Amino acid sequence: MIVTANTLGFDSLSLDNGATLAPVEVTYESYGELNAARSNAILVLHAFSGDAHAAGISPETGQPGWWDNMIGPGKAFDTNRYFVICSNVLGGCRGTTGPSSVNPATGCPYGMSFPVITVGDMVRLQRMLLDALGIERLLAVTGGSMGGMQALEWAVAYPRRVVSAIPIAATTRHSAQQIAFNEVGRQAIMADPNWNSGNYYGKELPGRGLAVARMVGHITYMSDDSMREKFGRRLRGKEAFGFDFEVDFEVENYLRYRGSQFVGRFDANSYLYITKAMDYFDLTNGQRSLAGALEAVEARFLVISFSSDWLYPSYQSQELVRALRSRNCDVAYVELQSNYGHDSFLVDVAEQASLVRGFLASTFEKLA
Amino acid sequence: MSAQIGKPTGKKKAFVSELLGRSDYAIIGDIVEARTKVLDLGCGEGELLEWLAQTKGVDARGVEISGAKVQRAIARGVSVFQSDIDAGLADYPDHAFDYVILSQTLQETRHPREVLREMLRVGRRGIVAFPNFGHWRVRFSMLTSGGAPRTRLFPYEWYESPNIHFLTVRDFENLAALEGMKVERRYFLAGSRKVRTLPNLMAEVAVYLLSRE
Repeated sequence: MIVTANTLGFDSLSLDNGATLAPVEVTYESYGELNAARSNAILVLHAFSGDAHAAGISPETGQPGWWDNMIGPGKAFDTNRYFVICSNVLGGCRGTTGPSSVNPATGCPYGMSFPVITVGDMVRLQRMLLDALGIERLLAVTGGSMGGMQALEWAVAYPRRVVSAIPIAATTRHSAQQIAFNEVGRQAIMADPNWNSGNYYGKELPGRGLAVARMVGHITYMSDDSMREKFGRRLRGKEAFGFDFEVDFEVENYLRYRGSQFVGRFDANSYLYITKAMDYFDLTNGQRSLAGALEAVEARFLVISFSSDWLYPSYQSQELVRALRSRNCDVAYVELQSNYGHDSFLVDVAEQASLVRGFLASTFEKLA
Repeated sequence: MSAQIGKPTGKKKAFVSELLGRSDYAIIGDIVEARTKVLDLGCGEGELLEWLAQTKGVDARGVEISGAKVQRAIARGVSVFQSDIDAGLADYPDHAFDYVILSQTLQETRHPREVLREMLRVGRRGIVAFPNFGHWRVRFSMLTSGGAPRTRLFPYEWYESPNIHFLTVRDFENLAALEGMKVERRYFLAGSRKVRTLPNLMAEVAVYLLSRE
């Protein structure tokens, strides 16, 4: 399945910080067909470093989408039955307006003059996209990690438009630990002299800082078990220690590779803005309690967490489930056993797929 | 769900029909009214809930401790969340459900009295089915073997049994009275036959419909 991305433009987007972004573009992909009743649309929301290319093969890179194992004909998000949409987030660097976009007022990239955005702003832009596509109600909103946070925001911000929500490996708000890891990443970027207060476009990129940020990120996405299994203490291409600071261990090589690869595809300023939006995210948002914030929610929920995910641990999903139950919402929840840590929702999908398939089928049936 | 309900022998005429191979399910299926809201505690793979949703249009929810069973329940489209029963009810508001079902699970809970109270807080009515430890076979087994009883209803070695609170029909009636719970209906079963006399001695399984007076 070859897919192509589309881009839509809007005059302006009002932001939570009071500013207005004008104009604004959003890049998205879609798979499957919208039915006549417009009742089979599913919005898939990507995680921090993902993009609109969720499924199929990109003609540009030849790469499969980040959730190609979940989305497609006969897969959990069955594109023979459902119409699946995925857009790049606001603040991103893969087509949707972000700090690397050109500010029409100056003719230069925004850089740090880009306004600080929130998950609420990302969702508001997605709503504008759906309005433009003529989709009033979503059969499901879903995503893992930051995608799950957006799914929750959708269910709270637009309760009438969301029939069901499937937040996976997500949280209703970042803990101190999650904020801390994001801050380490941001500091690594800002400590790189090439970052130059965000003015590096067309010059040397803050590649060292961004790579270190990504290395830290990758550690948090894996688990002790999965790292032991994948690398152990194996040495990289040598029989004995080098007694220098070149790569000795496989794990060092892996992290360096992942870090440098990331520099080629991700914008350092987007890293700053999007992690900040995640840290600001708090579903209770002014309400006294999480249950209070969920008062208007109409969606039914499938909440999934993973046993070895220490970055978005199960207790965070369980907090959400308890609050939903206290509002007597229709919620299914399970902690899946997996060794792959936070990355489980991307790589260990067999059980997740069967859950999603059954949940979607019953949701679609109830709707009909 | 641990306790095994007797399968019909095929020789005797069954007075109580079976549902999904279980006579207590058949009774529960009779009790539950259409288009109500139902919570099944210890719902296993959600077979009963699926049946109630499809045939009676109920809003069906479940609680189950086993992750593997929760997965299969969700995959068949039933809203089940993974939790133990002792803790799983606390979050619900009062009277969130028309019925709360506890089928063959009471004897497995750590705090059965609390669970019963919570059932009737969260639900307007409770349906409790349990294996009767007072059945003559259980008594006979213990009397003759001198060991913990093993029958077809209690097939486990004592060290493997999930049943941690053994109770009889009489015990349950006493507790219900003590708690001021109203027994709206009671059913006694031996296999798939209805028991009409001496239920504490003759019933293998008892099913109660409870409410608050």
